[in-house]
Amino acid sequence: MSTPSSAGAGASGQRIVVTGLGVTAPGGIGTERYWKALLTGENGIGELSRFDASHYPSRLAGQIDDFEASDHLPGRLLPQTDVSTRYALVAADWALADAGVGPDAGFEDYDLGVVTSTAQGGFDFTHREFHKLWSQGPQYVSVYESFAWFYAVNTGQISIRNTMRGPSAALVGEQAGGLDAIGHACRTVRRGTRLVLTGGVDSALDPWGYASQLAGGLVSTVADPERAYLPFDAEASGHVPGEGGAVLIVENADSARERGVERIYGEIAGYAATFDPAPGSGRPPALGRAAELALAQAGLTPADVSVVFADGAGVPDLDRAEAEAISRLFGPHGVPVTAPKALTGRLCAGGGPTDLVAALLALRDQVIPATGRTARVPDAYRLDLVTGQPREAALSTALVLARGRHGFNSAVVLTTHRP
Amino acid sequence: MARLTLDALRTILVACAGEDDSADLSGDILDITFEDLGYDSLALMESAARIEREFGVTLDDDDVNEALTPRLLLDLVNGSEVRAA
Repeated sequence: MSTPSSAGAGASGQRIVVTGLGVTAPGGIGTERYWKALLTGENGIGELSRFDASHYPSRLAGQIDDFEASDHLPGRLLPQTDVSTRYALVAADWALADAGVGPDAGFEDYDLGVVTSTAQGGFDFTHREFHKLWSQGPQYVSVYESFAWFYAVNTGQISIRNTMRGPSAALVGEQAGGLDAIGHACRTVRRGTRLVLTGGVDSALDPWGYASQLAGGLVSTVADPERAYLPFDAEASGHVPGEGGAVLIVENADSARERGVERIYGEIAGYAATFDPAPGSGRPPALGRAAELALAQAGLTPADVSVVFADGAGVPDLDRAEAEAISRLFGPHGVPVTAPKALTGRLCAGGGPTDLVAALLALRDQVIPATGRTARVPDAYRLDLVTGQPREAALSTALVLARGRHGFNSAVVLTTHRP
Repeated sequence: MARLTLDALRTILVACAGEDDSADLSGDILDITFEDLGYDSLALMESAARIEREFGVTLDDDDVNEALTPRLLLDLVNGSEVRAA
């Protein structure tokens, strides 16, 4: 049995540390503002105000309401960026500043990679341009539509803005994609890139993007923002879509120490992804397997885990399946579980990375944020769900889970950093 | 047919491709390259599409890419009225 201090080294013997964070999430932009909102239980979910949603069956969203793009980004970038890319660029700026990565940090362009995930692309931008296409003609469509919608656009724009020319990628795996990006970023560091900016950001709260999310059939139609998204509650009725996400800076631990980083939030000790068997196959879903594989990569066992950040779909069948996976792995009521995304809505590719930020801050502050408004957890779930108030606890290792629609499962194991 | 003036071009550049904080558009920019003004080839394509719509001209992409300064682009647009007619 290995200790957390040697965790995650894997065959390469390398440790991966997180040295910078940037968050744009409902309830608060900026890492500390977001964290405070989680701990105080401030609800980022409210009436959708981005457009007139009065005729939609659902009218709630986790909206970012305190973000003015021109306060953060040069005018030259605005005509060519979707709202999701603006969030990503600003979160990236904050994460890089947090990690002390600037022109004087001693990096070459090729030392720095970018790996991000977005599952929805530039819906708002595309909706606008398609409207021009239908109503005015193709000559009215912006040339920037050629990339502003695209899944790789956040990776590309962050890379260009910050002259990060190292190995870069974009991953898509619905709500699991953000953790997949982080897993791939760790691989990229293990292969020799000193530092990789990673994470996920999504936004699709325009009429078209919102309609497409509703079409998935998992969005709650409860009108009360305090009751619409209740992961693991007996009254769970679906989720509320949200926007935003988080960006993290991951580095080789030795390289980070050499450059004299001020702060290490924690280590990414393990990552794994699995895919569910086809519906009707009779075989069980593979979320628990992803958790086992991530723990194995970390060289840890379930007994080492001090808190689980669950996917928390907020749909009874999915909640039950996740609860079964957790209670099978950790034993009934065997580990504290939380789903702080209950206060932001599900951020799609932004969900996993934002949970990872919450988990790192939980390790830092030794406190577990509560699961939004969830109050009554069915006994059959056998979960020790943190509800109502944050819970102080001795935390050294966190497991973060994410599921994407149609079968994606991803798991990340975080540990506190012991030099 | 209206002629494209430098002021109108300034307005179109800002509307289509935004303003670069590091470049000042307000002065005598006739012979400063678009590159130095912060506008890349996509920004020029976007601006050219707007000029085509508003001024009723047809611009060849290659010609636009060769118009490296505002003066050359103005000449291209204002000279092309004849061709478009």
